[in-house]
Amino acid sequence: MRISMDLELKDTPGQLVHVLTPISDLGGNIMSVIHHHDEKTFRNTIPVFVVFEMEEKKLDELRGRLERSDVTIVRMGKIRLRETVSILLIGHVIHTNLTDTIDRIDRTGYAEVQDLSLAMPEIDGPSSAVITVSATGTGELKKAVEILKGVTEKKDLLMIEPIGDRLGAGGR
Amino acid sequence: MHKYDQRVKISIIGFGAVGQGVAKVVKDIPFIDVRAIADSKGVAMTPDIEEVLNRKKAGLPISNSDLSAIDVIMRVDHDITVEVTPTNIIDGEPGLMHIREALKRGRHVVTSNKGPLVKRFNELMRLASDHGVMLRYEATVGGAMPMINLVREALTGSKVLNIVGVFNGTCNYILTRMTEEGLDYDHVLSEAQDMGIAEADPTYDVMGIDTACKVVILANSVFKQNVTLNDVDVTGIIKITADALRLAKERSYSVKLIGDVKGLKVSPMMVPAGHPLSVGGTLNAASIATDNAGEITVTGKGAGSIETASAILSDIISIYKELKGVDDIQR
Repeated sequence: MRISMDLELKDTPGQLVHVLTPISDLGGNIMSVIHHHDEKTFRNTIPVFVVFEMEEKKLDELRGRLERSDVTIVRMGKIRLRETVSILLIGHVIHTNLTDTIDRIDRTGYAEVQDLSLAMPEIDGPSSAVITVSATGTGELKKAVEILKGVTEKKDLLMIEPIGDRLGAGGR
Repeated sequence: MHKYDQRVKISIIGFGAVGQGVAKVVKDIPFIDVRAIADSKGVAMTPDIEEVLNRKKAGLPISNSDLSAIDVIMRVDHDITVEVTPTNIIDGEPGLMHIREALKRGRHVVTSNKGPLVKRFNELMRLASDHGVMLRYEATVGGAMPMINLVREALTGSKVLNIVGVFNGTCNYILTRMTEEGLDYDHVLSEAQDMGIAEADPTYDVMGIDTACKVVILANSVFKQNVTLNDVDVTGIIKITADALRLAKERSYSVKLIGDVKGLKVSPMMVPAGHPLSVGGTLNAASIATDNAGEITVTGKGAGSIETASAILSDIISIYKELKGVDDIQR
């Protein structure tokens, strides 16, 4: 299950490790950490936003460990991926490191590649793939697609998006 | 039957597929008087249209005078110059010179030639207005499919927000065949060339340039922009694989080359089954998003000699109506 947490840390060095270590110890997979060094709260604490994957039954233990380390849990939520889009990729999809292409999306914390179909006709020929990207909302999905667009441009892949429902909005 | 007191005199400049189509469709229209037909080799004055068409078909010269196309435009008395020479996007010639000279002499111009409009849209519109004449170009976008005049006349009650469409029948045919038969791009392209759907040099079509020309013309005419081809972000269809089309089809999508007028963008996009732009074969389609009328979609044949000529004829008749104050022409 994918979890997002808003936390507050004391403004002293070495606090972030009190967040990351327990997540890691409990088998969690950290997707994204945003550490707002320069945005102190009025309580003189530092806000941190973290997204990770973890088994639901371990969450109580995680909460306990964070609280014992003086980490304040402001909000904790399960992330639901509500918006989905399918995108075609054509070119040397495999040779340009498919895992990396997927990772760039998964690392955002708000979007992930949920499905992928691949057709590889011959060793040197271009392959074709359709990937399904899901995200927490339309804005997030748009950002994820922009990231993918940047990656595919660098890798010289042709990316084909679905036409938007609303023409005035300029696609998607 | 309507009695036409006055006839309108036209010249046909360019006598390829479109010019011959124009000759065929205007031949039996009582109020249209064809004063001259010009091809690249010469001019037939006060032509017997049937005979000129037959000579052209037989590969014989059509000329019966010493005049050239530009002489007709400059010296032969006529009201409307129908400019249907081939599109040249490098410098717009010879169409650009033809249209400029015609407008300067107070002749109305009807054209299917994208080159001059892509290169010099605003200059030509200004020239027309300075000389108090009309420049009409319905046939440049979407062939028989009404587009420019639809927006200008039928949709005047609404603000157009965007136009997005399938504007190239050759690309649409290639993508449709690749999807239906699982054939690769090269194979379907040769087939399309054999059938006369694709040109011997298909570059303009398959690289998306023809679609980009239509985007430029629509952007300048509907959205009053001042853009040229360089302003359009263009991706063609040559990299698309049969595998990719199959994967898309498994998810109920087809792939179309889409021109986005407001976005100044041409690129292949996935179109869901049942979407208004999901048209097959050589068809064109365009969705016009408006504030009051919502979304309007038109579809029709985007190319072909008679189909394109029908759009030219609608422009000629529209000018005739304005000139003569006639309002009840039914064909």
